[in-house]
Amino acid sequence: MLRKTFENDIQQLKDELLLLGSMVEQQTLDAVEALKKRDLDAARRVYASDAKINEKRFAIENQVMILIATQQPMAHDLRLLASILEVSAELERMGDYAKGMATVNIRMGDEPLLKPLIDIPRMAQIASSMLHRALTAFVNEDAETAKAIPEEDDEVDGLYNQVYRELMTFVMSDPRTIDRANYLLWAAHNLERMADRVTNICERTVYIATGEMAEMDVSDDEIKTGV
Amino acid sequence: MTENKIVIEHLSLQYTDLTESLRDISMGIRANAITVLFGPAGGGKSTLLRCLNRLNDLTDMKTLSGRILLDGENILTPQTNVITLRRRVGMVFARPVVLPLTLRGNLTYGLELAGEKRKSRLDEAVERSLRQAALWDEVKDRLDEPAIALSGGQQQRLCLARVLANQPEVILLDEPTSGLDPISTGKVEASLQELKKDYTIMLVPHSIQQAARTADYAAFFLQGELVEYAEGKEIFTHPKNKRTEDYVEGRFG
Repeated sequence: MLRKTFENDIQQLKDELLLLGSMVEQQTLDAVEALKKRDLDAARRVYASDAKINEKRFAIENQVMILIATQQPMAHDLRLLASILEVSAELERMGDYAKGMATVNIRMGDEPLLKPLIDIPRMAQIASSMLHRALTAFVNEDAETAKAIPEEDDEVDGLYNQVYRELMTFVMSDPRTIDRANYLLWAAHNLERMADRVTNICERTVYIATGEMAEMDVSDDEIKTGV
Repeated sequence: MTENKIVIEHLSLQYTDLTESLRDISMGIRANAITVLFGPAGGGKSTLLRCLNRLNDLTDMKTLSGRILLDGENILTPQTNVITLRRRVGMVFARPVVLPLTLRGNLTYGLELAGEKRKSRLDEAVERSLRQAALWDEVKDRLDEPAIALSGGQQQRLCLARVLANQPEVILLDEPTSGLDPISTGKVEASLQELKKDYTIMLVPHSIQQAARTADYAAFFLQGELVEYAEGKEIFTHPKNKRTEDYVEGRFG
């Protein structure tokens, strides 16, 4: 096969991207678990581990630059490499969200949670599952699977709205809870953004296959055109 | 760590027309890797290649100084057996020149000249070298046909096989794909990636894109001077010398 070396290099990059994705999934779930249990040591470990995600992102970027410079990719290959750059940046931001949740946990210190966490862990489960399947579709260049994932963002958005309303209820009944409510809202917002970024990955998968960049905009139910 | 197969020490060459073709070149050539010599025309790249198997002996050199060590032995001494040297360090040129013989004859000619008469050894060399040059499947049923009947790309791969039949240690290629179509070029480049596992390869490419695709190590030559020498991925992503950067970016050439 011609360009066997190039094909091997591309496969290696995809493997590295999957590895980065699994690191991000684990960080997300660990951060939320630590928050649920108020385990500050676990939160500090998540915080420190973000450095490894940044390192891997830059290593992937560096390898993409080398391939672009040395292999002169065209057409599909060029779209793929450009998309790997974008996706590695999305994953690094998701890693920052997990680090943000660990920060929230640490800043809350000895304060108890306003209530046991139910919706936030559920958001983490859905977002992580979306990420796992989106990345698999990306490396397999499976546009059909990628197109079906963004609609699951509806459920994550719905849970975020629920968390928001619940936390506002706490704040309205006792303004002294505003700090703790804010921190939890921050965590929920990070997970809502994580699911949004998974949609971006799905868009890139379709772009690689078709060359067309289109938003897979799943509208927020509360914002309707003309209302 | 990969050792150096060839070490070039303070090599300078001047032709009788006083053109200074090489100016104080010192570099180590890694074994089992592809080292690319690139740069604008007149830089000394082909001249350096021809020094490595003493083909420059046949040109109008005025002065040649310095040393070229092949496995630690200087090949520029009068005692060097250049015939043996040219078997150890084979060369493929830009224009494929096949001998007016059959395909088989092209591959066995050098071996027979060296005294090999055993049919089994000759047949083994024919198949091995054609496989290494990625040509066997295309020509295995035509070995007794004239080599001139092959396409340009096939002829060039036959020339590569001819070098390989002698079981060299180093393969020099001077713009080997300059006259070939993109598919044939790809086949030659793919062959080199396989061959580097067993041989030391030095290549003068016909384009900077080929240099970037193939180089494990890359040396930038400008007007007889070695400007920069580093791993290929370094030179083509962040060269240290401004002149190298200007050249790889296409700002002159």
